[in-house]
Amino acid sequence: MMTPSSPLVRLVRLGVLAFGAAIILFPYVFMISASLKPPEDVFSASLSLWPEHFSAYENYSKALTRIPMLRILLNGALVCTAIVIFQILFALPAAYALAKLRFPGRGLLFGLVMLGLLVPIHAISIPLYAAAQISGLLNTLAVLVIPFTLSVFAMFLFRQFIKAMPDELIHAARMDGLSEAAIVWRIILPNAWPAASAFAIFSVVAHWNDLYWPLITISKTQLATPPLGLLFFRSAEVGDDYGALMAATLIVTLPLILFFLFAQKLFIEGVTMTGLKG
Amino acid sequence: MQPEATKTRRLSRFDYREVRAALLLCAPTAVLMLALLVLPTLAVFALSFTDAELGVPGFQFLGFGAYADLFADKGFIRAFRNTTVYVALVAPASVIIGLVLALLIESEVRGRAFFRSVYFLPVVSLTVAMASVWQYLMHPSFGPMNLVLQRFGLPSINWLGSSDNVLIALALIGIWQALGFNLVLFLAGLTSINRDLYAAAEMDGVRSAWSRFWTVTWPMLGPTTLFVVTITMINAVKVFETVATLTQGGPSKASEVLLYTIYKEGFVYLHIGVASAMAVVFVAVLLVLLLIQTKVLEKQVHYT
Repeated sequence: MMTPSSPLVRLVRLGVLAFGAAIILFPYVFMISASLKPPEDVFSASLSLWPEHFSAYENYSKALTRIPMLRILLNGALVCTAIVIFQILFALPAAYALAKLRFPGRGLLFGLVMLGLLVPIHAISIPLYAAAQISGLLNTLAVLVIPFTLSVFAMFLFRQFIKAMPDELIHAARMDGLSEAAIVWRIILPNAWPAASAFAIFSVVAHWNDLYWPLITISKTQLATPPLGLLFFRSAEVGDDYGALMAATLIVTLPLILFFLFAQKLFIEGVTMTGLKG
Repeated sequence: MQPEATKTRRLSRFDYREVRAALLLCAPTAVLMLALLVLPTLAVFALSFTDAELGVPGFQFLGFGAYADLFADKGFIRAFRNTTVYVALVAPASVIIGLVLALLIESEVRGRAFFRSVYFLPVVSLTVAMASVWQYLMHPSFGPMNLVLQRFGLPSINWLGSSDNVLIALALIGIWQALGFNLVLFLAGLTSINRDLYAAAEMDGVRSAWSRFWTVTWPMLGPTTLFVVTITMINAVKVFETVATLTQGGPSKASEVLLYTIYKEGFVYLHIGVASAMAVVFVAVLLVLLLIQTKVLEKQVHYT
């Protein structure tokens, strides 16, 4: 840090980092390798990464057709997008009120935000499931979105962020004759953009990954999200067809990884701001 | 007269137009909160005192007896113990390894962005998908992990199929996945440490990297470390995806964890009363972890 390290120290350090990176990448390497291999090659118990016989076409076409893969990816994208939009739409006005306006019940509302931060969806899934069943929403894409339209985490994060904004900003907007709603969308939202994009990353990673709620509410393959779709794929599988399974895992893993590789800065900032995966 | 006067003064603290605007802005969220959070939470709490079963008409009110039954239930105790073991394996390892790697990356000029991205990959990889990959890696006969062990002349391990190893195998996957997340948080904490402190420590005779770490880095990193530890524990308590994908609680219930047990009781056996009581205990565990976090954070001396 202060004094430059000796070449030996650096060599050891880079060696340790490279070894760790190799362990992290180990599963990806074998995933790609096995996705190209026919079953005989997978069962042959050899560590060679290069397949003796290429079976990529068979594996990937199984992965794409045994379950409606493209439809499932689309479901995931639709659900995640809808969730993020609703979350920001609902949370931002309330967060602004909590941060900058004085009104009776503010303490109560903030208390409920804290309660919400404590109680995860898993704990209240039984009544939510019952409500979904009564309203006939099971096996719809809507049921995958509705319970998550309220994000107390977004409210909390935005409130902290808006609190730090100067009051003059809002006073000036009021002088210009803007309504409070206009202030939220035309003044607060552009200024809260770093928090909003960090939250969006957090939300997409969490809901793209979520298995619990889709597992409970969706039984039709057509409506599955990627994690649930993969479970359906696994149960449709006869025997240990790891080549096709690895092809399917690669297909469902790739979109978010590509998104990450193209928007790394956004992801890293998102993690440090939100402490991801609440 | 006195209370009346106080009341007027209290009301006058609010500006009518401001209150109206605030209530309008909060109304949609308040409705959602009632429907999606408050009522369901109350319902779970109420159900937790009963022996309600879905599809079975009528139920008994058991009161706290429901909780007594729960803690006498071997299955629940086992799930509780398994979850504790899982957390005890994942949290320390992923925090310590994450910290060490963050320190190494921070002190190395080359390849910072590269290593950070590589270690972060598991965080953005679909858990269910990567669990499937680990299942292949850990396959007892042709899994690459055992092939590597054999290459070094070591005996094969039945990773997921033996009740002795299954929690360790799941924990390895959990550590692999949580590592990069902790590392990124530690890197952010490290960059926020004032460089002058290191110079000052050097003036005071702190020479070796080892003592520099213990005199400056570790105390300054305190709040970050606490945050990382509690969030890792909270995430580990919520382990579900890997269990649901790979073991379904087996073999012979050796990997039954809290969330998976709640899921099975509630949505497979439809014992919604029991599942609700379990959910309340589950939230209580999370509450304890959050309280530790806030209590210690309050006590923590802030150097910056």
